[in-house]
Amino acid sequence: MNAEKVAEDQLLFDVEKVHSMVVSMADAIKTYHASPDSLVIIGIQQKGVLVKESILRLLKQAWPSEEISTGELDIGMFRDDLGANPVPHIQPTSIPDHLDDMDVILVDDVLQSGRTTRAALDALRDFGRPRSVQLAVLFDRGQRRLPIQPDYVGQKLDIEDDQLIVVKSLEEDGGLQVYLALK
Amino acid sequence: MSWNRKHLLDIYSLSKEEILTVLDTARGFKQVGRRSIKKVPALRGKTVVNLFVEPSTRTRVSFELAAQRLNADIINFTAEASSFKKGETLKDTIRNLEALTADIVIIRHSSAGAAHFLSRVVESSIVNAGDGAHSHPTQALLDLYTMRDKKGDLEGKEVTILGDILFSRVARSNIWGLQKLGAKVTLCGPPTLVPKSLESMGCKVTYDVREAISNADIINLLRIQHERQQHSMFPSLGEYSKLFGLNRERLAWTKPDALIMHPGPINRGVEIESEIADSERSVVLEQVTNGLAVRMAVLFLVNGGKGESFE
Repeated sequence: MNAEKVAEDQLLFDVEKVHSMVVSMADAIKTYHASPDSLVIIGIQQKGVLVKESILRLLKQAWPSEEISTGELDIGMFRDDLGANPVPHIQPTSIPDHLDDMDVILVDDVLQSGRTTRAALDALRDFGRPRSVQLAVLFDRGQRRLPIQPDYVGQKLDIEDDQLIVVKSLEEDGGLQVYLALK
Repeated sequence: MSWNRKHLLDIYSLSKEEILTVLDTARGFKQVGRRSIKKVPALRGKTVVNLFVEPSTRTRVSFELAAQRLNADIINFTAEASSFKKGETLKDTIRNLEALTADIVIIRHSSAGAAHFLSRVVESSIVNAGDGAHSHPTQALLDLYTMRDKKGDLEGKEVTILGDILFSRVARSNIWGLQKLGAKVTLCGPPTLVPKSLESMGCKVTYDVREAISNADIINLLRIQHERQQHSMFPSLGEYSKLFGLNRERLAWTKPDALIMHPGPINRGVEIESEIADSERSVVLEQVTNGLAVRMAVLFLVNGGKGESFE
């Protein structure tokens, strides 16, 4: 963290507000996908996994009697800046056995340059050939460097370059809070 | 997460956090080996050189496959086929390899300190694949990975290393690594191969096999390196087997869940009875699989490590 960083991160969205964003994303997913039969929801490590878990809880309520396929993906080995930036911490990856002809939704917390999504698409290719891949992000902060756009967005945010969005999970119920920090 | 090393030269200078970083990273790479496509592009476009001045098959092959699975180009350079025979010095050899734009050089050498020396004369990352009787860091890391995978946190665990300790870089690296992770180490074997002076490394030394293995959570059997001994350190392999080999009778002394390890290649019937080597208690083949993951992790980390080389 930067030495000049202010003492407290600023609370940007409380649990209720983040919950309402996730509800709107889950609703949009349910509108697009009539059933979870071919759906695979994959969270990108680390914070995308938290958002994925929140969406999954809501989808399970909507489809209580059906199994929803899910997984986690670490993109550290697929980054395009290896050797140029500090070495990334590799987190566990667990992807369902059958991705062929499935409809994958990649979930991340923040979309900015699009490079993480690009790496995730590369990584996914090693696990199979999904029929389709969509992208769900809690926040879209613009400033894309690659031709990648999200399919489901919690909220668009226009913030300064040196600001950082930090998603935190509350331990009791997995509710999410969002803070603004300085890089 | 802590790693900013450009080289991996020994275990001794790694902190506990750095060791755990390698082991955690290796867990991610082990998963890659279970996929139908067992390759990731983490070292795409990089050149890795396997410089094996001392012969080795399994370590070389393990590094070779690790580099290939990371998508690097790999060149194998062995003593028999190389210019060493024509009188070229190690320094000149590595300078030539560097001129071929080697990013990472993996070195196995019969002289202790070879890897440290190279790290001072070239810009490439250096990975020590065994230098004399000094260090064999990736073997220790894969052993630690296997122990932690099977037994969890190693803090307070009793680990016995049985066999040729004196000539063994594997033993020395294991001792350092285990102590950093908080394990208690006991050494056992013939007095000529396990001198009492090893107690100065903070280990317990005993010549009583029963005492050494009956309380152990993990038993690491080291190979008798008859090729490394200039003159015989004990009367015969048969006698070694009789006095120190792990046979069925001695296995009964151990805890029922004690892990049996061996870095290979096994002298069947010497350090370990054939049947035990193939039993469920033995994890020797898992060590080989874990070795691949650990070496992928090491190559990945040194490629990304931007820190200064250490002395």
